[in-house]
Amino acid sequence: MLQLKNVDVCYGSFKALNEISMTVNSGELVVLLGANGAGKSSLFNTLSGLNKPTAGDIEFEGKRLNGLRPSAIVDAGIVQCAEGRKLFPQMSVQQNLMLGAYVHRRDKQGNRRRYKEILEMFPILEEKAEQPAGSLSGGQQQMVAIGRAMMSRPRLLMLDEPSLGLAPLIVRQMFQTIQQINSLGTTVLLAEQNAFAALKIASRAYVMENGRLVMEGDREAMLGNEKVREAYIGA
Amino acid sequence: MMFKLAALLTRPATKYVFILLALLFPLFAANEYQVYVMSLAFVWAIAVYGLNIITGYCGQLNLAHGGFFAIGAYTLGLLTSDYGWSFWPAFVAALLMTAVLGFITGVISLRLKEHYFAIFTLCVGFIIYMLLDKWEELTHGAIGVRDIAAPYGFGVVDFTDSVPFYYLVLAFLIFSIWFISRLSKSLLGRTFIAIRNGDELAQSLGINLMRNKVLAFVLSTTYAGLAGALYAGMVRFIGPEDANILHTFNLITYLLVGGIGTLFGPLVGTLSIVWLTQSLQFLETYKMILFGPLLVLLVIFFPNGLVGSLLLWMRRKAESMGVAKAPKASRVETSNSATGKEAENNA
Repeated sequence: MLQLKNVDVCYGSFKALNEISMTVNSGELVVLLGANGAGKSSLFNTLSGLNKPTAGDIEFEGKRLNGLRPSAIVDAGIVQCAEGRKLFPQMSVQQNLMLGAYVHRRDKQGNRRRYKEILEMFPILEEKAEQPAGSLSGGQQQMVAIGRAMMSRPRLLMLDEPSLGLAPLIVRQMFQTIQQINSLGTTVLLAEQNAFAALKIASRAYVMENGRLVMEGDREAMLGNEKVREAYIGA
Repeated sequence: MMFKLAALLTRPATKYVFILLALLFPLFAANEYQVYVMSLAFVWAIAVYGLNIITGYCGQLNLAHGGFFAIGAYTLGLLTSDYGWSFWPAFVAALLMTAVLGFITGVISLRLKEHYFAIFTLCVGFIIYMLLDKWEELTHGAIGVRDIAAPYGFGVVDFTDSVPFYYLVLAFLIFSIWFISRLSKSLLGRTFIAIRNGDELAQSLGINLMRNKVLAFVLSTTYAGLAGALYAGMVRFIGPEDANILHTFNLITYLLVGGIGTLFGPLVGTLSIVWLTQSLQFLETYKMILFGPLLVLLVIFFPNGLVGSLLLWMRRKAESMGVAKAPKASRVETSNSATGKEAENNA
């Protein structure tokens, strides 16, 4: 589904991504592990078209993404749910969600249907639909952020640190939701520091360090890997 | 008490009271000059509403707005005085001209961001001024354009008189506010707000930045053209000084005082300043000694403008009182994760 071949990204003279080659197959839930500054967000921004690769190729469903505008990439089916939610706090929950359907704005019926599906996925948002998004709790705001990304009807959903700053109970619910999204047919690329929780729901994982992919493997291999356990799980 | 009064002001029905007051204003005005000043304030308000689209809602500081105002005025002026067009066809041409030039300028300038865009538009404004001043064959240079046609009326209505003209400008102002009210509630309006909150955030939602920014710019310049054309039909003499950059700064001041990104800020800001400066006329050149500090105090104590600060105060008050539905301020910002609610959730 998604293929990266030797992708480099530079911020001026600083090389943020170095020869990244990875694959995400349709229906997978792939986790990207890495410490702060490892390059996870840079990679997501590159896949979203916000960063331009200086070298290498990015292909999505056979289509080359290099040089495409971010709006065209969303249209193609890759949607990012950015780190830190980035909602519009004084817009209502409904308005936030509907803004996510921007690329399908002419399909009003389809958007209404999708909106109902999102509310079924996050029932708490139904009663909060008219409330300003800024008045919600952190967990609910994260639901709105994921819901907004899902309104774009992604085929590949990229979630950047969705558990950041949430209470453990909410984190558990969040990972269940991500698993549910994946099981309903959306391919998920998940960047997380909460490695254990993320690996438990993952099909495969990559480990990033200093802008490079240094390790790759399936869930069991990663959970059993000594280095991963030491560096990211702490056990 | 204050809250109740403010809540009354923000009720939807209150706007009809203000419209009624505006309709009755010529009856209560002490003289024709006051009607003239109010008409002029309404014309400026329309231009400020245009600036509010691109700067308030879309977050791009356009410093060529006064220049587009002058293009609207000059298009109408030249077509009626030099080419014998009657008012209304020239009026439509003025709107089209500012829209087309706004499109061309927007396509070029909106590739730049933030202060680079502001500096570019500042230059565009200055080029417009220079063209109007120096291209004598077309614009008559410093002499300006005289004998501009006044809007002819329909049936018994004659817009050459100040009171009917006041109602004409009022009608355009109400239409302008209604249009922006619709716009701000629409997906397009929320798209502009999303762009204001950050290019990357907007792009990650699939928003085509350039297309929407150019659209906001064209709408904004068309508003400036509308105000300029009405201004030319009102004063019936225009010169290159109407494109002076100072006019742009005046428009920005009106917007900031009223409340940037709010629906009624442009109107409140324009009317406040126009009538304040009028009431200080007796001080002649010394009026700025009073006006300047007043403006400074206003900026210090009402950083969101009069309307913006009122809406913010009401929202906070409503939240502290536990009122379920606080009034929505139209100024919207992006949240990151650090909110009180989040801390509460984590606790």
